[in-house]
Amino acid sequence: MNSQILILILVLIADVGSALGVVYTRHQSRLLAVELGALEAFQDEELAEWSRLQIEQGWLADASQIEKTARGELQMTQPDETLILVVRP
Amino acid sequence: MIPSSRLYALLLIFMLCSFALIARAVNLQVMETDFLQGQGKARYLREVTIASTRGVISDRNGEPLAVSTPVDSIWVHPGQLLEYPENIKPLATLLKANAEEIERKLTQRSAKEFVWLRRRLNPDVADKIRALKIPGVNLQKEYRRFYPAGEVTSHVIGFTNIDDVGQEGLELAYDSWLAGSPGSKRVIKDRKGQTVEEVELIKESVPGSDLRLTLDKRLQYLAYRELKSTVLQHGARSGSVVVLDVDTGEVLAMVNQPSYNPNDPGHDTDGMRNRAVTDVIEPGSVMKPIAIASVLEHGIADPDTPVETSPGYTVISGHTIRDHNNYGLLDVTGVLTKSSNVGVTQLALQLEPVEMWDTYSRFGFGEATGTGFPGESAGVLRNHRRWRRLEQATISYGYGVSATPLQLAQAYAAIANGGKLRQPAFIQGSNNPPISAIDPDIANAVAKMLETVPTRVGTGSRARVANYRIAGKTGTSHKASASGYAAARYVSSFAGFGPASNPRLVCIVVINDPTGDEYYGGLVAAPLFSEVMTGAMRILNIPPDDYQNMLVDAGTDEVVAED
Repeated sequence: MNSQILILILVLIADVGSALGVVYTRHQSRLLAVELGALEAFQDEELAEWSRLQIEQGWLADASQIEKTARGELQMTQPDETLILVVRP
Repeated sequence: MIPSSRLYALLLIFMLCSFALIARAVNLQVMETDFLQGQGKARYLREVTIASTRGVISDRNGEPLAVSTPVDSIWVHPGQLLEYPENIKPLATLLKANAEEIERKLTQRSAKEFVWLRRRLNPDVADKIRALKIPGVNLQKEYRRFYPAGEVTSHVIGFTNIDDVGQEGLELAYDSWLAGSPGSKRVIKDRKGQTVEEVELIKESVPGSDLRLTLDKRLQYLAYRELKSTVLQHGARSGSVVVLDVDTGEVLAMVNQPSYNPNDPGHDTDGMRNRAVTDVIEPGSVMKPIAIASVLEHGIADPDTPVETSPGYTVISGHTIRDHNNYGLLDVTGVLTKSSNVGVTQLALQLEPVEMWDTYSRFGFGEATGTGFPGESAGVLRNHRRWRRLEQATISYGYGVSATPLQLAQAYAAIANGGKLRQPAFIQGSNNPPISAIDPDIANAVAKMLETVPTRVGTGSRARVANYRIAGKTGTSHKASASGYAAARYVSSFAGFGPASNPRLVCIVVINDPTGDEYYGGLVAAPLFSEVMTGAMRILNIPPDDYQNMLVDAGTDEVVAED
């Protein structure tokens, strides 16, 4: 009789414990899901930024831009044939 | 006292009623439960697609040539928006559109639940619209493709349509590789359409794979700039330049005129063709080295065999084949140097048609190169059984046979590469094993003969590149039209490679229909070849093999003059 009550109490405690455990893990998973969502959004934002930077670099490093700046602003010219000396290999 | 019959009747009615109720309950709970639960969930559960990014296309050095970046598109639920028509005005102001027009458009489609209002907005406008929080107005993230190099790379890369599907070029050929696959997730949404909770991920979105090309953006730009100015200078209808790496068959540059801006393609389909791959030309004299290779291969002659070309014309099957001048007695090398039609005809007619056809097809003529580029043309090389004597003669100097500039590049690369033909490749790491097109000794002999063309005595003197030995061949062909060959319309070309001591680059130049006074390949195409090769040698740091500059010894100030 006594042992039966003891088992019942133990099972009850275990039951309540596992219920609390479920509540806790559920809460944890929500928190983690929120965090994951935020991180994913952050990743998306960073990737978007990366793609924008790549495009910007593409525009800025465009050969026609560079040529315009080199020839126009910086007054650079291609050296004349006679000005080139070749180091004997 | 109620008669028992009435009591029973009443009881029966009650029983029937409860039966009906139970039956209905069972019907709803057991038989139709899936349908009903599904309907219930559909009221709040939504499947949302997760967009996948399209892969980046970059050149051989990793320079981006096509990049996708997220932009917002705006869509509306007409019914919800029209409930408060006063909201349309601020929206229209931000979109710089006519409010009445928007209202009319939405009224026409008021039965629908989804209408695109504007796609691919500027990010700052999208933020302002988001801040307005108008019911029924939604923003959807989409990707838009940008091409930083614009018209310089547009023919090779192509472009995508508004739904991010490849339409032309490599964007089309490698669409599934680049696209990835969009995923989807199930979320709970409230009455206003706001996401309350993400329930489950149905399918993860797989981002598209990147594509690394063999193009070199610097060479591409150089070739484009020079081609554009040449086409403009000579009033030509179109033009193409192809540069291949001799050892690997990789396409380093491929440009065409006219071109278009892939960031805003428009509908001018004429400028969209990648002519270097899709359009065929009759190559004219550029074909002669192939005929000479066949002649050498079958032991008809060797480079020093004398060939009598006077009086400067010959009659084959009642048709006169002419040279520009009477070159008199030449040798086989001289036939190429002077580009003598009479000489090459005499030599080629000593071959059996099948022998000559065999050499041509081993150099890849009459068959698509197999790069998988959309719309690639195979050119025409008719079967040798149908060759008549005159046809064999014309094919030896490049008429009655047609090829794309890319096919010519492939064939010249084989000559430069000791007879090993490699399929041209656009993508890094392509599997294009070398195939033996011709004996290495014969390839080298032809290459050596071609070195005599870009010289003072040859037809291609303007193709010379300072400090490098160059080999190549000029070509000028009459354009075929509906009524035979057009008298005053030409295709000028130059095909060549360098440095001749150890060939690294092959360059093909084709200028279609130059309208100025100059139309010879040696005057129109050869200078462009020289410009492109000079720049390419410098950009790729290819060591010179023919010094014409002052030589100095490292570490001393002593200057040594050399020829």
